[in-house]
Amino acid sequence: MPDLTKTEETEPVKAPVAEGAPVPPADPAVGKPRSLWSDAWSDLRRSPMFIISSAMILLLLVIAAFPGWFTSLSPRDSDMALYLQKPQFGAFFSPEWLGYDGQGYSVYTRLIHGARNSILIGVSVTVLVTFVGGLLGMLAGYFGGWVDTVISRITDVFLGLPFLLGAMVILVSFETRAVYVIVLALAVLGWTLVARVMRGSVITVKQADYVMAAKALGASTTRILFRHVLPNAVTPVIVVATIALGGYISAEATLSFLGIGLAPPAVSWGVDINTAKDLLRNAPHVLLWPGLMLSFTILAFIMFGEAVRNALDPKLR
Amino acid sequence: MTTTQKTADLPAAKSADSAGTPLLQVKDLHVEFHTRDGVVKAINGVNYSVDSGETLAVLGESGSGKSVTAQAIMGILDMPPGRIPSGEILYRGQDMLTMSGEERRKIRGRKIAMIFQDALSSLNPVLSVGYQLGEMFRVHQGLSKKDAKAKAIELMDRVRIPAAKERVNDYPHQFSGGMRQRIMIAMALALEPDLIIADEPTTALDVTVQAQVMDLLAELQREYNMGLILITHDLGVVADVADKIAVMYAGRIVETAPVHELYKRPAHPYTKGLLDSIPRLDHKGSELYAIKGLPPNMARVPAGCAFNPRCDRAQDICRTEVPALHPVTEQDGTTLVGRGSACHFWKETIHG
Repeated sequence: MPDLTKTEETEPVKAPVAEGAPVPPADPAVGKPRSLWSDAWSDLRRSPMFIISSAMILLLLVIAAFPGWFTSLSPRDSDMALYLQKPQFGAFFSPEWLGYDGQGYSVYTRLIHGARNSILIGVSVTVLVTFVGGLLGMLAGYFGGWVDTVISRITDVFLGLPFLLGAMVILVSFETRAVYVIVLALAVLGWTLVARVMRGSVITVKQADYVMAAKALGASTTRILFRHVLPNAVTPVIVVATIALGGYISAEATLSFLGIGLAPPAVSWGVDINTAKDLLRNAPHVLLWPGLMLSFTILAFIMFGEAVRNALDPKLR
Repeated sequence: MTTTQKTADLPAAKSADSAGTPLLQVKDLHVEFHTRDGVVKAINGVNYSVDSGETLAVLGESGSGKSVTAQAIMGILDMPPGRIPSGEILYRGQDMLTMSGEERRKIRGRKIAMIFQDALSSLNPVLSVGYQLGEMFRVHQGLSKKDAKAKAIELMDRVRIPAAKERVNDYPHQFSGGMRQRIMIAMALALEPDLIIADEPTTALDVTVQAQVMDLLAELQREYNMGLILITHDLGVVADVADKIAVMYAGRIVETAPVHELYKRPAHPYTKGLLDSIPRLDHKGSELYAIKGLPPNMARVPAGCAFNPRCDRAQDICRTEVPALHPVTEQDGTTLVGRGSACHFWKETIHG
């Protein structure tokens, strides 16, 4: 093939210039290497939804960690003389600001102290669910075959349990209503969602050429799973988990409201809503504030999740 | 690689390192895929061998089984649909098909490495290039992060990526196609393997870059004295680089020959058809030849010679009998070393 090879031989003379040239000037805008995460971060920094929601979440986290910074009272400091006293909106951040409830507790103080349980439960459930669901989903998706069949059928069984019924059965079978019991109940019923998302995502990623390339270059299965599959498959899981976090907080409130979640000596927004429901006609404010606080918290986490999703996967917008 | 050239004639094999056994030898390999539409026999008895420093080009259309053979050698076939009912893949005389998974894994990357067609999708998008190159050294040689990165830069220099030091932390999508293929090559070379399998390494690249990448590959092969299996459907790419060629059709090797002999005097109608269908400057204006018909569906391979429905020479015997790989001789009967043709009418094809 003399004519064929000849054209190829003449080309390389100028080709190295073409290849080499773009390197030094590169893109002046892109000085640093750009990974998926650094791209996502630069998107996030410019997203108002992200800034607002993360400010809200930050505030909530500070309240949950250091309630003493916001109120001097304890949530169980009761003064029956102040029974159902109306809010005094002029008195910002003082105990009487949002009024008093049926036990003579300061509503504002209870709001501040209730944040800890709600956030703790929301975050712990999310972490637990992400680990358990993520691991099982990854194994099912990567290995397929009987591993997938077993895990997927178990997932289906748990997915089939009605949430409230399932939570009731689990909670009733425990003697205590401690935070960890609620976390456990919610996680047992919640991991399936993450497992499904992870499984689907891993199935897509495992067919990628770079997984085969890693295999061909002698990487072990664990290495392929955690270095090559996981980082590429984890994005939708992060999105689902952040959005679900708000849902877990409201689930805790739901269970506490129904009387099967945290019980009264414990302080939480759900417990407050539960006790306030009987006083709705006399003192609507007692119900209003924990309800609002709950809504804002959930809103903040869902907005945060949406912002993260938009940054990580712009196609979904 | 014809029957005369197998392990029988040891003195002829020149591999110095291990007593005459070829570096890699594929013996009567069969691969089939069990699908819903029945069993697809993708490979039906492939034989070939490669020595250190030697380049074997495996040529064939899409679906002829050339990549599947490579995947079988690497052990990266998806094994539930795929199955290897019979055959041997000998690396330095040891059958890799009977090895444990762990033993095979130790050969992959260290002894036999592979370069893939599409370098962008073969590099992990979330890890930097330097990390992925360094990974080879960290995993296989236990180097520290810093040493591995230094080695990665060295490798990038070696495959002539400009400004390697500045670009080591870049991600795959920030490199051009040719540069990515160089990175793939660097990864395959990292542990200085004995054998590299390059599966259409230049198909995804434009023509000018193709030549550079092939030159680089050939040069590195000489330098390290590696064996190279070059899988391609591009006859132009092969001409300069390969020592010998195996032409595959429908899961069989239909012709083997030293590279220049094949171009000069093809002994199989399929090879002849391939060579005639290359556009040539001196045939400007005339119609371009094409082999009529399509490659067969591997679930329904025609009886007899798989090429018979497309072949000008086909006779009745071609529709009933599968031709064996005949040793090809001169008209006076002197053997042509390394030549074979799986055609009932190879004599007519080469001499007629």
